Amino acid sequence: MATMLQKFPSSVSTLNDYNALYPDWTQREVSTGTTIMAVEFDGGVVMGADSRTTTGAYIANRVTDKLTPIHERIFCCRSGSAADTQAIADAVTYQLGFHSIELDEAPLVQTAASLFRDMCYRYREELMAGIIVAGWDRRRGGQVYTVPVGGMMTRQPVSVGGSGSSYIYGFVDSNYKPAMSKEECLKFTAEALTLAMERDGSSGGVVRLAVISEQGVERQVILGNQLPKFSTV
Amino acid sequence: MDSHHSYSQVKGVSTGTTILAVKFNGGVIIGSDSRASMGESYVSSKTINKLIQVHDRIFCCIAGSLADAQAVTKMAKFQLSFHSIQMESPPLVKAAASIMRELCYNNKEELQAGFITAGWDRKKGPQIYVVSLGGMLLSQPFTIGGSGSTYIYGYVDAKFKPDMSLEEAIQFSTNALALAMGRDNVSGGVVHLVVITEAEVKHVVVPGNKLPKFHDE
Repeated sequence: MATMLQKFPSSVSTLNDYNALYPDWTQREVSTGTTIMAVEFDGGVVMGADSRTTTGAYIANRVTDKLTPIHERIFCCRSGSAADTQAIADAVTYQLGFHSIELDEAPLVQTAASLFRDMCYRYREELMAGIIVAGWDRRRGGQVYTVPVGGMMTRQPVSVGGSGSSYIYGFVDSNYKPAMSKEECLKFTAEALTLAMERDGSSGGVVRLAVISEQGVERQVILGNQLPKFSTV
Repeated sequence: MDSHHSYSQVKGVSTGTTILAVKFNGGVIIGSDSRASMGESYVSSKTINKLIQVHDRIFCCIAGSLADAQAVTKMAKFQLSFHSIQMESPPLVKAAASIMRELCYNNKEELQAGFITAGWDRKKGPQIYVVSLGGMLLSQPFTIGGSGSTYIYGYVDAKFKPDMSLEEAIQFSTNALALAMGRDNVSGGVVHLVVITEAEVKHVVVPGNKLPKFHDE
């Protein structure tokens, strides 16, 4: 950060607005303040995320891909500090790849989730990471595991995370039904993410979706002008 | 979660709460939960009424410090009835909202309460006004407030339609409040709804066991 001129803390009143010399984004860490979501259906999972990464008030990346592959049929959605989540995802990708080679078969989603949990719990004081792990394996089909800040891990049929998730708890609680089809899950996820992006300043951009099933991974992007519309515009 | 720290700075009893108001075809519904809490873990009242009648067809609902809210509504009720006598006609909803706004804006340093004012008057029919913490006044077709409202922004954005019928509006309000009460631990109890139309004011109470249930309950 710039160190030539002295920066005054906000508790000290100054004659001029000295702090205006330093734009907000030079002092702030890069964060994926975000909205992420994953839903299980019979045969796989649907995962979704917005695409905004912010440093303070500046949008550092407006087309971020927060759906990160960990293995062939296991992805994770990242929220929180971009640096922390990227580092954790890289480490888990390595560990899981090694484990899979040792086993000589595709790894379980639960194994990936456990690896995330072990790292997030062990380093909980240093990290700021909320991760949703989802994928398909032969033993249990489509699964969604959530590993929020603090490092707990639990399986849920539908999980939302990130700063925008608070705004859509009501929508998700009322609209989720067990045993939805893949198309219903895609529509549900796209609508929920759109609603969150409308209300949360740290979420926005495009909606990225991924469907993971026995057949593999299909990815799609819904651009801003193609997002679902609601009557309160 | 860290986002709840703001409520521990509110002195004394606080209505960590969920409130809403929605316009429908012919009137407004104003609604709230019934929980008053101190800090984040003690429920000081399970059955508090947050819907205050400030005139025949005008109600207010309160969020924030209960003490501040009661003081402001008491003052507003007095000023409004005086105004109504002077004008020799029922007051406009906007007049009631303006009185709340004056009080909130002029005392913004000391007060920590926000209001939703809703009602019916001859001039403009059903209306909803929001007076927020610093004293801004805004008119909206529907509005939500209180700590529990964050969880239902998505739901109300998706489900609200202008010109709903009375039954649809009651269903909309009850569902929204039930969803918020399900996720916010400082909102709860029963759902209080007041339906205000030209003809009458009707108070509806939905007790806990009659609230709509959602998939995981």
